[in-house]
Amino acid sequence: MSLDLRIPMGLMFTLVGVILSAFGLATRGNAKLYAPSLGINANLWWGLVLLVFGLTMLLLGRRGQTRIEKERQLPPADGEERRGH
Amino acid sequence: MLNLTSVDWLIMLLYFVFVLGIGFALKRSMKTSKDFFQAGRALPAWICGLAFISANLGAQEVIGMGASGAKYGLETAQFYGIGAIPAMIFVGIFMMPFYYGSKARSVPEFLRMRFDEKTRALNACSFAVMTVFSSGISMYAMARLIQALHVFDGLFYALGWRTEGIFTFSIVLSAVIVLAYIFLGGLTSAIYNEVLQFFLIIAGFLPLVLIGLRSIGGWNGLKASVPLQYMHEWKGVSHAATNPMGIEIIGLGMGLGFVLGSGYWCTDFLVIQTAMASRNVESARRVPLIAAVPKMLFPFLVILPGLLAIGMATPKTTTVESRGANGSIFHETTVVSPEVAEGRGLVPAKMNPVTGKAMLDASGQPLLDYDMATPNMLLHFFPTGILGLGLTALLASFMSGMAGNVTAFNTVFTYDLYQSYIHKGGSDQHYLAVGRWATVGGILLSIGTAYAAINFNNIMDTLQLVFSFVNAPLFATFLLGMFWKRATGHAAFSGLIAGTATAMLHHGLTLPIEARPGIHGGWIAVLHHYPSDMAQNFWTAIFAFSANFIVTVVVSYCTKAKPEAELVGLVHSLTPKPERSHIVWWKRPEALAVAILLGAIGLNIFFY
Repeated sequence: MSLDLRIPMGLMFTLVGVILSAFGLATRGNAKLYAPSLGINANLWWGLVLLVFGLTMLLLGRRGQTRIEKERQLPPADGEERRGH
Repeated sequence: MLNLTSVDWLIMLLYFVFVLGIGFALKRSMKTSKDFFQAGRALPAWICGLAFISANLGAQEVIGMGASGAKYGLETAQFYGIGAIPAMIFVGIFMMPFYYGSKARSVPEFLRMRFDEKTRALNACSFAVMTVFSSGISMYAMARLIQALHVFDGLFYALGWRTEGIFTFSIVLSAVIVLAYIFLGGLTSAIYNEVLQFFLIIAGFLPLVLIGLRSIGGWNGLKASVPLQYMHEWKGVSHAATNPMGIEIIGLGMGLGFVLGSGYWCTDFLVIQTAMASRNVESARRVPLIAAVPKMLFPFLVILPGLLAIGMATPKTTTVESRGANGSIFHETTVVSPEVAEGRGLVPAKMNPVTGKAMLDASGQPLLDYDMATPNMLLHFFPTGILGLGLTALLASFMSGMAGNVTAFNTVFTYDLYQSYIHKGGSDQHYLAVGRWATVGGILLSIGTAYAAINFNNIMDTLQLVFSFVNAPLFATFLLGMFWKRATGHAAFSGLIAGTATAMLHHGLTLPIEARPGIHGGWIAVLHHYPSDMAQNFWTAIFAFSANFIVTVVVSYCTKAKPEAELVGLVHSLTPKPERSHIVWWKRPEALAVAILLGAIGLNIFFY
């Protein structure tokens, strides 16, 4: 396959992480909003975790994608199936 | 009540955009039918492994395991331990070389290669019907949950639409999205989205478990809040009376582990198709093993919310009295609806819509709506923002469950039904087009099933029962087919029919205690009582498996076997072992399998 899954996946989690942490940051002082989650600013903390995860996936995906591009340029060896990424 | 803000909607929208985006990005790679139906047989093991377990992690698992956790406690973890892990190890190490090596494009096609055309036809027809049906049930369950949680109510009010349309809206939304991304990207798209869903479930449920545990006082707090036997997996399992599910160890071990677990993990094309999409046979063998690792850890994510829900304090109508500055007295009353007040913890009672009172069981206690355990946990603990993420994770699991069923359907329809019986010898592009149209057809049939489920609830239950009869004996056929060269086509066919008939007979002659004859059994006569529904299911499976096994063996001896030359690569004793000594020992699938088994045993000891 021509697309390393980690790129769109990493991108999505990075965006979700940014949205959640930004929202968490903006609603930092709102005690009523965070009463259900025991006063913990779940949006900020979990948003940061997802952001880190998303960026990690993006990095790994970028490396995987360059490997896919390189493999596509080489001719297939001895009738061996051209591999996906 | 549910108050979704724009942050929640934004996250949901983002997910839908990415899901469709992946489909579009993959469209240009869909050049041949092999690309479309088998992901080009080019995917890496880790992606297939996560998709393998994700294909199974649909609505039934996420909501259902939460419900079982609330109803039975940790014993539900047995489903994972006994049912899944050994079966996954078995299919990876011993069966994948034949599934993959035979170059069969689907499980029914393997049956044709190993046995004969009629065995394939039997399996293909029953599987196609069952898989479309499952997809429809996923759609229905998702629409129902959206209705019950009032997810789209706010949106509908804002747009001025009537809320009666929410059910149709949910069905159409899920149908269009799943149809689009499979039409464009085929199995690859389905697999990629299943992996996405896997991580989303972790993203949605891990914070829920962490916050929930914290609120109840940690692990010890949880132990103190729920009945003692809920926290033990194995204690009391030797006798039916001492464990919450009412099963004894033989029924448990044989029924759950061997027959039901293997029946699903080793033969259901829904999961096998993800392993068959890998790039070589060694990858394919590793796929179920890779999947087994998160499978062992997922109980914590999906069962614990149920346990926590039932352990929490039941909300009651409370009045707080306070005094104002000038001596005036304020009474602030928080009213809790009857279904919540008569429930237990966060699990509401089932209300009789006619009388407005709670429905009672045989001992006068309110019947609980366990399916609401996990959704109510989400609503209770998540503030807006992360709530959108949690709801998206739920929706994602429903939709990827549908997608897996639809890809399995379009493959079996195109290769095993269309190409075999309707139009042989067409061009590859023709079958690619047929596959796309089969996707449309599959989705339409699923929608039909979802609507039928509203009006004909009993028929749905009956059909699901019939499918369990068909599935119960399957594993015996594959076991004998792959490991006994003497098994013949006539035998496999008769064995399957005998197994299904036995399952029906057993169900018709036995009844769980406290149930009336009908959908629960005993519709021929009641010869035996079981302590619970589960116990009856397990024993049905055991009888069906044994009947299939015996009939297959006996008929094999009476019929002519295929010449050995035709069975090379399909049967264990006739397949040359590939040269593997150059692989370092800890990279071999067998080493991974042993590590997983040790891990599983360790977990079970911990939760004894």
